[in-house]
Amino acid sequence: MTRLAYGSVILIGIAAAGLGGYGVAGGAGTLRLTWLVPLGGIELTLDPLGGLFLALIGLAVVPASVYALGYPDGDTGRFAYFVFVASMCVVPLAANTMTFLIAWELMSLASYFLVLRDRESRESIRAAWVYAVMTHAGLACLLAGMLLLGADVGSPRFADWRAAASALAPTTRDAAFVLLALGFAGKAGVIPLHVWLPLAHPAAPSHVSALMSGVMIKLGIYGLLRVSLDWLGVGPPWWGAALLIAGAASSVIGVLYALVEHDLKRLLAFHSIENIGIILLGIGSAALYRVAGLDALALLGLIAALYHTVNHAAFKALLFLGAGAVVHATGTRNMEAMGGLIKRMPWTAACFLIGSAAIAALPPLNGFVSEWLTFLALFQNMRLESVGQNLVFTLGIASLALTGGLAMACFVKAFGITFLALPRSDAAAGAHEASPPMRLAMLALAAACVALGLGPTLVVPVFGAVAAAVLRTAPQATGGDWLTLRVSGEFASLSTAAIAVVLAASFLVPLAALRLVGASRRTRGYETWGCGRIVQTARMEYTATAFANPFKRVFDFFYRPTKRLDIEFHPESRFFVERIEYENPTRSIFDDWLYRPALDLLHAGARAVGALQSGSANQYLAYILVALLLMLVLA
Amino acid sequence: MIAGIALAIVQVVIVGAGAPLLVGALRTLKARLVGRRGPSPWQPYADFRKLLAKEAVVSTTTSWVFRATPYILVATLLVTALVVPVVTVRPPLTFAGNIILLVYLFMLGTFFLALAGLDAGSAFGGMGSSREVAVAALAEPTVIVAVFALALRADTIDLGRIVERFGGEPWLAANPAHLLAFAAFFIVMLAETGRLPVDNPATHLELTMIHEAMVLEYSGRHLALVEWASAMKLFLFMTLLANLFVPWGLTEPSGPVAVLRGLLALTGKLALLTIAVAVLETAVAKLRLFRVPELLAGSFALAFLSLMAVFLVR
Repeated sequence: MTRLAYGSVILIGIAAAGLGGYGVAGGAGTLRLTWLVPLGGIELTLDPLGGLFLALIGLAVVPASVYALGYPDGDTGRFAYFVFVASMCVVPLAANTMTFLIAWELMSLASYFLVLRDRESRESIRAAWVYAVMTHAGLACLLAGMLLLGADVGSPRFADWRAAASALAPTTRDAAFVLLALGFAGKAGVIPLHVWLPLAHPAAPSHVSALMSGVMIKLGIYGLLRVSLDWLGVGPPWWGAALLIAGAASSVIGVLYALVEHDLKRLLAFHSIENIGIILLGIGSAALYRVAGLDALALLGLIAALYHTVNHAAFKALLFLGAGAVVHATGTRNMEAMGGLIKRMPWTAACFLIGSAAIAALPPLNGFVSEWLTFLALFQNMRLESVGQNLVFTLGIASLALTGGLAMACFVKAFGITFLALPRSDAAAGAHEASPPMRLAMLALAAACVALGLGPTLVVPVFGAVAAAVLRTAPQATGGDWLTLRVSGEFASLSTAAIAVVLAASFLVPLAALRLVGASRRTRGYETWGCGRIVQTARMEYTATAFANPFKRVFDFFYRPTKRLDIEFHPESRFFVERIEYENPTRSIFDDWLYRPALDLLHAGARAVGALQSGSANQYLAYILVALLLMLVLA
Repeated sequence: MIAGIALAIVQVVIVGAGAPLLVGALRTLKARLVGRRGPSPWQPYADFRKLLAKEAVVSTTTSWVFRATPYILVATLLVTALVVPVVTVRPPLTFAGNIILLVYLFMLGTFFLALAGLDAGSAFGGMGSSREVAVAALAEPTVIVAVFALALRADTIDLGRIVERFGGEPWLAANPAHLLAFAAFFIVMLAETGRLPVDNPATHLELTMIHEAMVLEYSGRHLALVEWASAMKLFLFMTLLANLFVPWGLTEPSGPVAVLRGLLALTGKLALLTIAVAVLETAVAKLRLFRVPELLAGSFALAFLSLMAVFLVR
């Protein structure tokens, strides 16, 4: 039964990838079932942008489902998983409000049940609850925005919105943009609407986390692309500036939270927020360049955003699958109880290392290529006239640079503490390698990271065509030959293939040089040097908390860490310590300054309205009478 | 093609062979400034010979990451040597990604070196790694932002062309952005190469050191490679600083004469910069470890201001 379920999902994935690929290649098609539901019925349309996201879903679903086949707890939540994948596939195809909202809500509900897999644990229940609240708040925004537009244009079909966009009143357009952007940003996990993400992703099984982080939040990006560049036409500059600033904030804040997080899956969830921020930097720059009439640069920004979207799906799915293998092998998500896994799980470790290097944007892997393109898109803002916009771009450049450095630091921690040195617990010491299907899935995604890194000259024209279809311009902005990617004419060029070849050749230089000068080739294995102590134990290792401490100190204005130290001394002498308890938690400024006050306000409001509910039937009848009279008067 | 490969080899040889001399000269000069005779400038070469003759002791706790890292580190720096304009304004690998590639290649080296520091499972290695990545995570973004400020003025992102442009039109540099970028870059150079006041390359007190703590487990040929790599990093950072802010003497690689002239100019610039660094290192004390990030955050702010100044003062 499990095999049947995941097997059919794999088939859906392959079909989605094929259909999506057809759409990216320029194929179009429409399916209309008006009788099925009211308000325009079901209508599906394939276009290049929808095709790209559909293909992305398909390509991520296949390895995730193969992994699930080998995942020991894979037989729970099969039905929800099936619905989740199927509804995700419909979202990028939906062509009217009704279809879109049904698919969107099914996707949210199915993932809610997947997050709520463990119905006994309080943590899981809380995660699912926060997720349900945030996703439905987002749905309310989307519904309001779509109904507003639908009423104004007089049609629920997206194609009609596109045609009527330029004739809309600016206030309607701005209101629709704000509502829809808020709804989609909530799904994408943009700061400060990110609170559900670090709760929900770790609670779900790892193949589901991989899909939620790899593709589901990308559908939020898909929506933001439609809203800012497609459905509403060319908007005012502040749309793009808002997206850019949100991207800058999300990227830096996401990685800052990830640095002090020691739950492996939560750490990855915070990195999703960071990468969504990087994608938004590309989208925001595209929107701003488009308003200024710089089509080639808008194209470049959009290509960077789409490339990073695909890259993030590849390496984040890989990292979540790797984390799932680790969590299953050790029985914990806490990095402080791991260590030494590179010797016990060599395949998982190698795949996780590739994923870590890719997400840290190290050359020549795929994260580097898309961050390079984003840098190039942001950098060319000198072609813009407005100094205000230049400064917004400057902020984007600085935050992207800072994010790169911090992400590198964070993945040194994530890989180093989890996989290297001595195991910090018995569970880690007894860990075992992942099952063959799990390894196969991870290897496929690792290969995708390498291929997307080495082949930008093949991939970028594809994104270029999709971006050109969205912006309705001629596809250029990049050029070059099979080896070198050229951006904006002769302005800059990139060749990851050349970097890889030269790196490999340079790797041989020290090997050859050592031989040439006749260096000693003797190697002796010995224990780690430790100032003369008798035996090395895992307690002497640096912990993840200690590793992140310099960052906690540098950014203490942001983390606002509190410290609690309890020492119990031996009753005989204060020179002997019996027990030390140390806690150094950070506080979330978003919880304290945004959500707590908002929830308090909501509670106060609810209590005030609660006065209406007296329990007396006579009073309720009076309410009905008053309401009826009011309606008659108003009508 | 042949000329390109020849230039690549020349550039790698200059960086690879010259780097230990630069470190040696710096040490000699520092010793003289405090009134000691100090070792000969050629001492690092003798150190390498000694290290290469010894056997390597590798902790049994470590994995392949520890053994591969010295080679990966040297490889990243050799590639970096092809991206930086050292003796001509057309570095051989300039087409492959420019300044962004340069910074991320440095990061690739730091990434593996920090992992190797954690691999042996000793507290020293972990401490060194943690501090090194904290410094690098703040310093490397500063490089990108500072160079971007120059690149915006020069209207190109190509390092060689930036040098060419500022060399041909020196009045472009008369701008507050330039000065701010220089200050930011200078601080980062000291931090990234482990010089005072950020790290003391001469100390071997485990609790205060950064880089030396991280590589504590390395010995023999591995240590030689790691030290060679740090010497090359110092050389490349000083070359970058010298050529970006004093852009004269470098031309197109038209022939051996041009390369030789570039080499002479580079030697002169590096000599002056070495004296400046030596004087600075003699004059200042090491900062307390947790003041270092403040210094780096300051340099990042300087670079950011310089980027904004480009637009505000144009």
